[in-house]
Amino acid sequence: MHSFKETVKETWRFYRKTLSLVFTGSKEYYLWCILLLCIMGIGFLCYLPQLQIGLITTNMRDQVVWGLYISNFTYLVGVAAAAVLLVVPAYIYQFGPIKEIVVLGELFAASSIIMALLFVTVDLGRVDRFWHMIPLIGKMNFPSSLLAWDVVVLNIYLLLNLIIPIYLLVKTYYGKEPNKKFIVPLILFSIPMAVTIHTVTAFIYNGLPARPFWNASILAPRFLASAFCSGPAIIIIVFQILREYTFIKIEDRALFKIAELMAYAMFLNLFFLISEMFKEYYSNTIHIASLKYLYEGLHGHNLLVPWIWVGTIMNLIAFILFLFPVTRQRLSTLNIGCILIIAGVWIEKGPGLIIPGFIPDPLGEIYEYIPNFRELFISFGIWATGFLIFTLLMKVAIPIASGEFSHIQYEREISPLKMKSESN
Amino acid sequence: MQGRNFTRREFIRNFSMATFFGLSFPFLSSCGKEMVEDFLQKHFLEMTHEEKELIISRLEERYFKKYGKKFTVSIQEAIPNTLWGYGLDLSRCIGCRRCVYACIEENNCSRQEPQSQWIRVIRLRKGSLINLEDSEHYYNPDYVPEKEFIYIPVQCQQCENPPCVKVCPVHATWKEPDGLVVVDYNWCIGCRYCMAACPYRGRVFNWAEPNVPKDKWNLSVHYLGNRPRMRNVVEKCTFCIQRIRKGRYPACVEVCPTGSRKFGNLLDPQSEIRYVIQNKRTFRLKEDLNTEPKFYYFFEA
Repeated sequence: MHSFKETVKETWRFYRKTLSLVFTGSKEYYLWCILLLCIMGIGFLCYLPQLQIGLITTNMRDQVVWGLYISNFTYLVGVAAAAVLLVVPAYIYQFGPIKEIVVLGELFAASSIIMALLFVTVDLGRVDRFWHMIPLIGKMNFPSSLLAWDVVVLNIYLLLNLIIPIYLLVKTYYGKEPNKKFIVPLILFSIPMAVTIHTVTAFIYNGLPARPFWNASILAPRFLASAFCSGPAIIIIVFQILREYTFIKIEDRALFKIAELMAYAMFLNLFFLISEMFKEYYSNTIHIASLKYLYEGLHGHNLLVPWIWVGTIMNLIAFILFLFPVTRQRLSTLNIGCILIIAGVWIEKGPGLIIPGFIPDPLGEIYEYIPNFRELFISFGIWATGFLIFTLLMKVAIPIASGEFSHIQYEREISPLKMKSESN
Repeated sequence: MQGRNFTRREFIRNFSMATFFGLSFPFLSSCGKEMVEDFLQKHFLEMTHEEKELIISRLEERYFKKYGKKFTVSIQEAIPNTLWGYGLDLSRCIGCRRCVYACIEENNCSRQEPQSQWIRVIRLRKGSLINLEDSEHYYNPDYVPEKEFIYIPVQCQQCENPPCVKVCPVHATWKEPDGLVVVDYNWCIGCRYCMAACPYRGRVFNWAEPNVPKDKWNLSVHYLGNRPRMRNVVEKCTFCIQRIRKGRYPACVEVCPTGSRKFGNLLDPQSEIRYVIQNKRTFRLKEDLNTEPKFYYFFEA
């Protein structure tokens, strides 16, 4: 009981200190935060009419019931999954500051999950009834509904990705060794959970025979493969920004190793795509309609065609860039490849996966969906929210993880020694 | 043991609801009593009969305030030993869409922007029946029927294995003992997963507050059927639950000028629908999906 009280007290002190960290920073930091807050504000203003008038303010209709929101949701679940899976190579290849990578990866995953959950929230017609989904309190359709599964696993995953880094950071803050018996199982558990969230999310779509486009067993493997491309691509960019602006040290070697893994993942992703293409085009049944709509247009409707080809070409170029060590191990081409992958995979497994599932609809009607400005601004708002959350988390986490910001007592006792050993 | 489990569940629910309510009191007190009542309303199947009575009297009062009309909200349960089945004679259907509009009027569906159609009549070129990809939804000739075309009206097929019920994350939709798939409009969270799962486009979403002209309301309504809905919830055909449980035909059956539509109790060997199944060559839409629809299409000759 005593130790519990102390923990609460310590935690409270810890939070007070973090607040002061968050509110001080460079000019660029303030500018960045204000920019994000503005985008969030615009997004929120766009959301209010949708809440009051209804989802008619979006471009979704009975034919295409999910649009940009669920596309972003799907993409972000993948990003969240991949961020944690980066922990594995960090251990295997000994990427220097492993603890930092674990903390960073998990916090990144947490921010992505928060974004993903926000996207589901804005897509819900009756947010006021969200409690119907809470187990025990509401009336969750478990285990029959995959959406119920997803709610459960996403929340467990979010919790894991908050508990692990916060625990590690608090321990570092007080200069104590983390209890390995407590934290290692949790870290290990977060790895299968990362695979689980993305698999369950794929199964949401996969389990619907009414939508032949999604009803292909390759869907979950494709999801994982593309997640292994987009997640690390974002992480590589984030790593570089962080080592530019903070004291965190990440060697190029680590980035190149991640890039190599991404080349394999992109190979698998393209291979799965070809398998799917072959099956549909060679068998050429009526179930090919959605794929045809996506890649070549159907009965004169071809709104998504330019998008998917741009996405596919982006992925192909990125694959070539990552395949050859020459281009993979040069930061300029590496970054181009990363940006191509981030955008290419977003098109492919966001709008390129969700929208064609509904076109043509089960009775053969074609309704061409393209998000309107409200949906776009709300989505930007959610992305900005995620970036802001991640920025603030990093603002506190990095000084703690690198030992610059720690408990006063610990600083007095240990820090001079540590500084000495580091300078040697 | 059973009892203790139940009380624990109840306790968790009440405790957390109370906590949540307490925390959000400042917010809730700023919106009306109606919103609080709505927020706390239980799932229809979990209410006792008294609670249901209370809810419907409250609804009638509220509808009167909102629409200025005296609605009668029924919660009539399924008649024992009934399993409703539907038959549709494709050789008679002329594609006039009278059923579509009778349905809209009977079921208090939103009239425009967007119009909520529980029945969709699609037009196919003769010679094709299964591939719906070439269907025309918005055919509009001066006269029907047209020589080269056949018409297939499609509505909720009241599947015995309904995919929509399977996927709903909150049990807001379920199959009644008489085989009707219904929605608790006050429980639906508006995620539209059921619409993604339905192979027949049997479900329609209220993208906005439904608009019905003041003098066009059908005042005889069922809680699980045609009562006025709210925005952002899903709705669907219930074979006119408000009529058939009182021994009447669905509105679409009544209005059909060619007598293409047949309806009855599948458990009653003397019923019209059993006669159709016995004597006609029937088929069901997308039988390969194993949804077991209770909606039979057939040809006269």
